[in-house]
Amino acid sequence: MLIRALAALRDWVDERLPIQRAWDTHLAKYYAPKNFNFWYFFGVLSLLILVLQLITGIWLTMNYQPTARDAFDSVERIMRDVEFGWLIRYLHSTGASAFFIVVYLHMFRGLLYGSYRKPRELLWLIGMVIYVLLIAEGFLGYVLPWGQMSYWGAQVIVSLFGAIPVIGDSLLVWVRGDYLISGITLNSFFALHVVLVPLMLVAMVFLHVLALHEVGSLNPDGIEIKEHKDAQGVPLDGVPFHPYYTVHDIVGVTIFLMLFLSVVFFAPEMGGYFLERANFTPANHLVTPDHIVPVWYYTPFYAMLRATTITWFDLDAKFWGAMIMLSAIVVLFLLPWLDRSPVKSMRYKGCMSRCALSLFVVSFLLLGYLGSIPSGGYFLGINLCWQSGGSTVCPMENVDVAQYLTITYFAIFLLMPWYTQRERCSQPPERVRGR
Amino acid sequence: MYSVRWQIFAAALCCLWAMPSAVHASVAGGAGLDVMAVDLHDRASLQRGAALYMNYCLGCHGLKYQRYQRLAEDFGVPEDLVAQQLIFDDSRVGGLIETAMLPVRAAEWFGASPPDLSLIARVRGADWLYTYLRGFYADPSRPWGVNNKVFADVGMPHALLELQGLQHCAPGSSLAPNGGVKRHPLTDEAILDVPCGDFRIDSPGSLSVDEFDSAVHDLVNFLVYVSEPAALQRYRLGIYVLLFLAALLVLALLLNREYWKDVH
Repeated sequence: MLIRALAALRDWVDERLPIQRAWDTHLAKYYAPKNFNFWYFFGVLSLLILVLQLITGIWLTMNYQPTARDAFDSVERIMRDVEFGWLIRYLHSTGASAFFIVVYLHMFRGLLYGSYRKPRELLWLIGMVIYVLLIAEGFLGYVLPWGQMSYWGAQVIVSLFGAIPVIGDSLLVWVRGDYLISGITLNSFFALHVVLVPLMLVAMVFLHVLALHEVGSLNPDGIEIKEHKDAQGVPLDGVPFHPYYTVHDIVGVTIFLMLFLSVVFFAPEMGGYFLERANFTPANHLVTPDHIVPVWYYTPFYAMLRATTITWFDLDAKFWGAMIMLSAIVVLFLLPWLDRSPVKSMRYKGCMSRCALSLFVVSFLLLGYLGSIPSGGYFLGINLCWQSGGSTVCPMENVDVAQYLTITYFAIFLLMPWYTQRERCSQPPERVRGR
Repeated sequence: MYSVRWQIFAAALCCLWAMPSAVHASVAGGAGLDVMAVDLHDRASLQRGAALYMNYCLGCHGLKYQRYQRLAEDFGVPEDLVAQQLIFDDSRVGGLIETAMLPVRAAEWFGASPPDLSLIARVRGADWLYTYLRGFYADPSRPWGVNNKVFADVGMPHALLELQGLQHCAPGSSLAPNGGVKRHPLTDEAILDVPCGDFRIDSPGSLSVDEFDSAVHDLVNFLVYVSEPAALQRYRLGIYVLLFLAALLVLALLLNREYWKDVH
């Protein structure tokens, strides 16, 4: 009786809203390649963290006060007086770092198997927009607890707008809403962090999934499963996303949650990388911390900013640093057109592409390390100096190494049209092989 | 091949799991700090630390995010006992632990108003606090007659003076490039080349050196608790959550295998 009533209700809705069609298109009859491996968990994990951040964020706003006077206190009250407030807050703060970890791994998967290649260019572009929004969201959110690092981090990053010639100064006042970072800035950042950027993020993620389901998922072999279909039009190497990948993803999600919640429950500060020590001191515009360092997920770009010493056209090095940071992200947008290889997956590309990808990972990680330590000093303590023509030459200072790595980073992308065409690739199989 | 991959994956998982504690250990030490083992499960130590704090610190430093009641609950002490023994002003047991000193007057007396210490352990770390509180020594050039080994020219007087007694600078040894103590090549005695590398106490306070170290240990333990009272809940709940997930993982793996057994 009840079941019949529910079925009738479903049919009633389905005649007016295509729920059955949506279910089929996106789950039950969405055919994904059967050889997804470890790297294919990070899309669904990103989605999981997005939902987690939205839910915990809503609960945090119930007790958070976006004013310069009360922000810091309200966060501590959430940590102490709100029932399970500490858990909600740690889930959100650890979630921010976890979001970047899974998104970086998700993007690396794209680089590894050529997920950005035709016909998935737009899918990649939407993904890059999500990444940029995520950078903005993370930055805005980091300001909200109104600790010392929130304040001075905001000061450093917002001041980059001031480096733009001519309009810089007035733009800076407009962004801050004040002549310094103040409660007014905090309040507007709160609005952006909880309303505008999340709305855009959700919309973009929706488009990302829609675009993916239009073109279909790629796989580690980098070949299209749609080229071999059976009589019913079902790809021979595909399996329906539901139930095959739903049960598969439950495994990945559970393992991820074990790692993620280990951090939440046993090391929420992650030794100062997820929650920085200095941020447990309330913001004070009269006291600058000795060592201003962004959270780990921005440090590769921060290292590029600090490594820039050029002052072309009489413009500040800070301006060029900001331009290089910006270009480092813009160049990723261009990837679908930079890669001219006849094959998509790294499995069948030549050694130059493989070396380039390895070098990219190494330079990104090393830049991340350099961005997280104080400026000055020698790279890993390698004090390599010699006398030359009366002056001392030291090519292994941290700033020098950051410059080499920045050049490497750009060279990998800008030389891609050349080396991807030149190298010898092997022939991908007709049908998918293995994980 | 499938199973080898999973073994590598499991090994990587274990490494990741071990990472937080390793990172923590490498950050916690710091240069020249005495290491202290925090134990939030040692209620007796926390209770002694709270008593020390109320007697020696609260006069100047508040704990404005901490409630007396929460303290009673977490330390297993009846509320009326806390009210009798630890509340020295007209605060209610549900109230926040605030200092009676007015910040404006404090700034006049000390040059800067003494900071609230609710979060000090998260800012400085337990080792720093442990070293700092044991690092006051006589320095007649300073307004309060004392200076500090890890916080040079600090504005704070030696609040625990009657317990420790006044330390005086004594020559101490330094480390040789090989990491050992620098020694004389003939006599093998340590070379005392650091002017204030060690301390001597001429007139001891009411506690011996070991007793004082243990008292400071309790006090810092207490401050670590105050900086994050939820830590106790965190550990307790975390274990159950992970056990649940481990059980879920077994079911998820079995379910996954069942569904995928026909896909080749």
